[in-house]
Amino acid sequence: MDKIINREALVGELNKKFGQCAEIFEDNTNQSIKVKPDKLVDIMLELRDNPNYDFKVLMNLNSVDYPENFTVVYHLNSLTHLHKLTVKVELDKADPQVPSITSVWKAANVQEREAYDLMGIVFTGHPNLKRILLVDEFVGHPLRKDFKLQA
Amino acid sequence: MLKTQELTLNLGPHHPSTHGVFRCVLNLEGEYIQKAVNHLGYLHRGIEKLAESRTYTQFIPYNGRLDYVAGMLNEWTYVHAVEKLMGITEEIPERAQYIRVILGELQRLASHAIYIASMALDVAGATAWFYGFRDRDEILDLLEMVSGQRLMPNYMRIGGVAADLPEGFIEKCQALIDEFPNRIAEQEGILIGNEIFQARVKNVGPISKEMALDYGLTGPNLRASGVDTDLRRDEPYGIYDRFDFKVPVGEKGDTFDRVLVRIEEMKESVKIVKKALRDIPEGPVMAKVPKVIKPPVGEVYSRIENAKGHLGFHIVSDGSTKPYRLRIYSPCFVNIGIFPEMAKGIHLMDAVVALASLDIVLGEIDR
Amino acid sequence: MDVIKPNQVDEVVRNNVVLSTVDAAFNWCRSRSLWPLTFGLACCAIEMMATADTRYDLARFGSEVFRPSPRQCDLMIIAGTITKKMQPVVKRLYEQMAEPKYVLAMGSCAISGGPFVDSYNVVLGGDTFLPVDVYVPGCPPRPEALIYGILQLREKVANPKKIEGLRKHG
Repeated sequence: MDKIINREALVGELNKKFGQCAEIFEDNTNQSIKVKPDKLVDIMLELRDNPNYDFKVLMNLNSVDYPENFTVVYHLNSLTHLHKLTVKVELDKADPQVPSITSVWKAANVQEREAYDLMGIVFTGHPNLKRILLVDEFVGHPLRKDFKLQA
Repeated sequence: MLKTQELTLNLGPHHPSTHGVFRCVLNLEGEYIQKAVNHLGYLHRGIEKLAESRTYTQFIPYNGRLDYVAGMLNEWTYVHAVEKLMGITEEIPERAQYIRVILGELQRLASHAIYIASMALDVAGATAWFYGFRDRDEILDLLEMVSGQRLMPNYMRIGGVAADLPEGFIEKCQALIDEFPNRIAEQEGILIGNEIFQARVKNVGPISKEMALDYGLTGPNLRASGVDTDLRRDEPYGIYDRFDFKVPVGEKGDTFDRVLVRIEEMKESVKIVKKALRDIPEGPVMAKVPKVIKPPVGEVYSRIENAKGHLGFHIVSDGSTKPYRLRIYSPCFVNIGIFPEMAKGIHLMDAVVALASLDIVLGEIDR
Repeated sequence: MDVIKPNQVDEVVRNNVVLSTVDAAFNWCRSRSLWPLTFGLACCAIEMMATADTRYDLARFGSEVFRPSPRQCDLMIIAGTITKKMQPVVKRLYEQMAEPKYVLAMGSCAISGGPFVDSYNVVLGGDTFLPVDVYVPGCPPRPEALIYGILQLREKVANPKKIEGLRKHG
C-alpha cells in the first residue's frame, strides 16, 4: 500500500503559512488535499522544498471533467520518504483557469499543454500554451464530457 | 569574414531515426543545434476518450497498442490499477502472480533488446540490430505460446491471467533463459565493447540528477543519471518483494550510461525469471471476480515499473461498468520533454543518438 | 571450335532465346524488386521491421531495400494508424514517390481504422485518400502475412491483365 502523509498536520502547516488555502479532501484514497488555485504555486514550492515533505517528483498531472467543476489533479511523490500526496484544485466550469506550475517542475510543461489541448484548461503563466497533440485548427476539447464521439 | 547562416531543419514526422512519427524542428548553426522544438501528436488516437466508451474489460487490448514493444507490461499496469480500485490486489492467485512476473520480465527483455537494436541501427551498426531482433523474436515466441499474439498479447485479466501456461512453456522458457546471458554477452561484445560505438555515444547528451528529476524522467533514463530508484524494489507490487535483484545506476547520465543501465537491467531480469520459474506453484490463475466489472465509486492512481519508466493509470470510477475518466501517465511523453534541453548546442548527428537513447515509443507518447 | 550442326539449332534457340513483349519484361523486373519506403506509423511498423530481420528475411523476395526517401521507392507500406494530423504527410509522401508506385495497407488501422474506428482523430483507412493495391489484415499482421501480401503485390505487378480480368468479373 502507498505510504500516506499525515494530512491534518500538513494542511495545518500550509494554512498557517499561506492563510486559509488548503483543506482535506475526503475520498477513497485518503491521500488527497484540496487547495485554492491562487496559492497553488506557493504551496507546490513549499511541498517540493520543505525537507519534511520533499516531494521532488511530479508523478502525474490530470484533469477531470466532473458535472459540477473541472478538477486538476496533481500526484506528488517523494523519493526519500516514499510518501504520496494528491493535490486537487477545483475550477469553475465556465472559465477554468489555474496558475501554471512549470516554474516548480519542468515535468509539468508538456502535461499542462496536454490538459489544455484535450480538456481546455488554461494554465496562466505557462511559457508556451499551445495545442500539443491535436492540430491547431481543431475545434473543441475532446476529453470534455460534452464532446461526443461520432459512433 | 565567413559567416554561417542559420538553418531551420525539419526532422520528421517521416524520418528513419525518429523512431516513429515524432517531429522536431531544429535551428542549426553549421552542424550545431541552437534550438529544438518538439512537435507531437502525429499518432494521437484518442485512447483516453475511447476508454470512456469501453467497459473495463474491453479496454485491456488497447494497452498493447500504447507501448507496442512492451504490451504485456502495459496490460499489467492497467489490470493492476483496476484491481487496486476494486480492492482485490490480495486475492490474485499465486500462480497468476508468478506468471505475470515471468511474462513481464520477458517483455522487458524484449523491449530492451529492441532498444539496443535500434540504438545500434542509429549509429549505423546493422549487425547488432540483427542480433537484437533475433533475441526478441525468440521471446515473442514464448509470448505467442501463452497468448496467441506476438505484439498485443491481451493476456492479463482483471483478477489474474486469461489462461494457464501451455504445455511445454516452462521448459522452453527455461532453455531460453539459460541461454540468454550468452546472448547479452554477445551484444556487449559487438556493441558496448566497440570503440566506434563508444566514440559515438560517450559524453553525448548528459542529463544531471537534478535536471532528470525536474523534468520528471522515470525508469532507466532516471537511473542512468544516478538516481537509485526502482518501483519493483522501493514499492513492490505483485510479488516483487520475494525477488532479490540489483538496481543498476549510472554515473554521468550520458547516452552510454543509458545503454549500459539497460544492459545491466537485462541481466537482472534474467535472474528474476530464473527464480520465478523455479518457484512457480500449481493452482488457479484467476481470482473470483464478477463477470461484469463494476468498481466502486472512487479513484486510483497506480503505476508500475514499465520498460520505459513509470507507467501510471489514474482511473476515476463513477460506479458504472465504464471508467468515468482514464488518464494514462506515459513515461515516454514526459521523457521526450527533455529532448530540446538535451539537444541544445550538440552536433546534429549526436542529437539523433541522444534521441534514440531516450527510448521513445510514439504510440505511448501520443496515445 | 565448336560447330553447331543444323539439327542442333532448334535446341540452342529453345534454350537461349525468349520471346516476349517489352511490357511483360519490364513488369517482371519491376515485380521482383519492390523497394518499400521506410515508413512506420505505429505498431505494425515493428512487425514490418521484424519482417526484414534474420528470421523472416524479406531479402529472399527482393524487397529488403527499405529506402528513407520516397523518390527511390516503389511501394508504400502503410504500417499503422493514420491520424488526421498525419494524413497530409502521408498524402504528400505518396505524391513524392516516382511512378509506378504501389500502396499496401498493413493492419486493420490502415484498412478501416481498426480498434480506433470511433475516435475523433483517426482516418478511417488508407483507401479513403490513396489507391490501395493490397490489404493485409491483422492487428498487427504477422511478418509472414506481410510477406504474403508483398508476394500478392508481385503477382499483381507482373500480370496486370490478370488483375484487370478479375476486376471485370468480380
